[in-house]
Amino acid sequence: MSLSFDHIGLVHPNGHRALKQVSLRLAAGEQVAVIGPSGAGKTSLLRVAGTSVRTSEGRVELLGANPWQLGAGGLRRLRARIGMVHQTPPIPPRLRVVTAVLAGRLGTWSTGRALASLLYPADIHGARDVLARLDLADRLFDRCDRLSGGQLQRVGIARALYQMPELLLADEPVSALDPVLADAAVGQLVAQSQATGATLVASLHAVDLALKWFPRIVGMREGQVVFDKPAGEVSPAMLHELYAAEGALLPTQGGASMPLPDAVDEAAVEGARRANVVPLVRPGCR
Amino acid sequence: MNTAALGPPALRDPQAHARAGALVAAIVVLWPLLVLAEFKPWVLFEAGNLKVMGSFLIGFLPPAISIEFLGLLLAATLQTLAMATAGIALAWLLAVPLAFAMTPSLSVSRIGPGNAWRRGRALRGVARMVLTFLRAIPEIVWALVFVRALGLGPAAGVLAIAITYAGMLGKVYAEILESGDTRPARALLEAGSGRVVALCYGLLPGAAQELASYTVYRWECAVRASVVMGFVGAGGLGQLMDQAMKMLNGGEASSILITFLLLVLLADALSAALRRLLA
Repeated sequence: MSLSFDHIGLVHPNGHRALKQVSLRLAAGEQVAVIGPSGAGKTSLLRVAGTSVRTSEGRVELLGANPWQLGAGGLRRLRARIGMVHQTPPIPPRLRVVTAVLAGRLGTWSTGRALASLLYPADIHGARDVLARLDLADRLFDRCDRLSGGQLQRVGIARALYQMPELLLADEPVSALDPVLADAAVGQLVAQSQATGATLVASLHAVDLALKWFPRIVGMREGQVVFDKPAGEVSPAMLHELYAAEGALLPTQGGASMPLPDAVDEAAVEGARRANVVPLVRPGCR
Repeated sequence: MNTAALGPPALRDPQAHARAGALVAAIVVLWPLLVLAEFKPWVLFEAGNLKVMGSFLIGFLPPAISIEFLGLLLAATLQTLAMATAGIALAWLLAVPLAFAMTPSLSVSRIGPGNAWRRGRALRGVARMVLTFLRAIPEIVWALVFVRALGLGPAAGVLAIAITYAGMLGKVYAEILESGDTRPARALLEAGSGRVVALCYGLLPGAAQELASYTVYRWECAVRASVVMGFVGAGGLGQLMDQAMKMLNGGEASSILITFLLLVLLADALSAALRRLLA
């Protein structure tokens, strides 16, 4: 098991309950998308998986270990094996792109190597290669404050890819990208998982992206897992219920929300998954 | 959703009461303090006082420019610069580890296993107390202590500056590091990096400018503080100033003051250059 949550609960210090009785088990190498309306607990789930927060209840196991029962050194080594793509990349604006990407491996580098790399980048080739996969190779020596929001978000993805983690977490990794780039970036995350055997968990706002790229979909609402199905078994009715609180509009990557069909239309979902188009259309319009 | 249930919000700033209250509280606290401090600026402009101050200031003119005095002035200036620089360098060596220990956003134990965060918090508290102690005692007091131990001369001034300024640098360094965006450092710690590395990759890129300009500002303060310390025999421009004032030699005093002005301008230029370099 790469990740195992057993009835975990999370209550923030302000008293807000973010997760309720969430159970989830992921085998090594799985690719899972977490979808659901905003405030559903997707980010909290990923933060638990990234050892950023400690759960209030339940058991957490990551890469075969309970992170909170390890010693300080053990937890640090475990963290180096977990990579996180943050929705807003936590990259200081004055850092150069190459340094920001190389920072992905700071968990495994010695302090001396890390400091020397600030003077002369330790692995320019590695950084360039990973940036090339995200179509950013030409920005290698630019400063991050010269980048657009979408480019910076891709630098954040590049950092996590360069880290080569065994558990790759992504919190809304393409929220600032246009549909074409978003599709390519999610494709790179999935490709990394397939190439390295890393387990991939990504929260996505765009349902069509989730259905297109991920074999397994977890739907969350109000801090709970509503469904956990292979992508082929996710029906429009389930999505309808999941997004009921958002005025029954289904978020897609184009930014436009599509009205949900009144009737279940399995073929539409299936067709969309294959064709990479907006998955749900009114049956009457087809 | 919630606002819809509660109806539209009232079109009145809900903080207005709190702000007005704070203003009234500030006046209520400040007024007695001003009375207590015998703050009466209009006294300055009474005819007799203006005349007294005027004749005192006229004594400062013209500035002394005899070759002999300028030679003394140059030697004293160099001694002051050396004292301030050595003092700040020592203060920096003391302040950096303390600030590093005190910055909560670099705390691994805060996001670590077990109850280690309690120990971390206690350690940060100790570092904070050490810094408070260092800067609570004015440098002039330290200078008086060290002049007794080390004899007259700049060495006492260097140590006095090092101790007091370590307290100031450490406190403000930690606050500067904490006031910027601390997410990068936290993200690095959560990806298994060490504290020093998280500082260098996560916090310094954003804080380097502020840290450098605050350090140069403190160096400038150390140059000025050396006047006061010269009065107790710690050497440099201060000692020269002390002699000039005692001998009622206004011209020499004004030459020394002009030197100070030039030194402050130098510090300003240095700070601006460093900020440009680190921008």
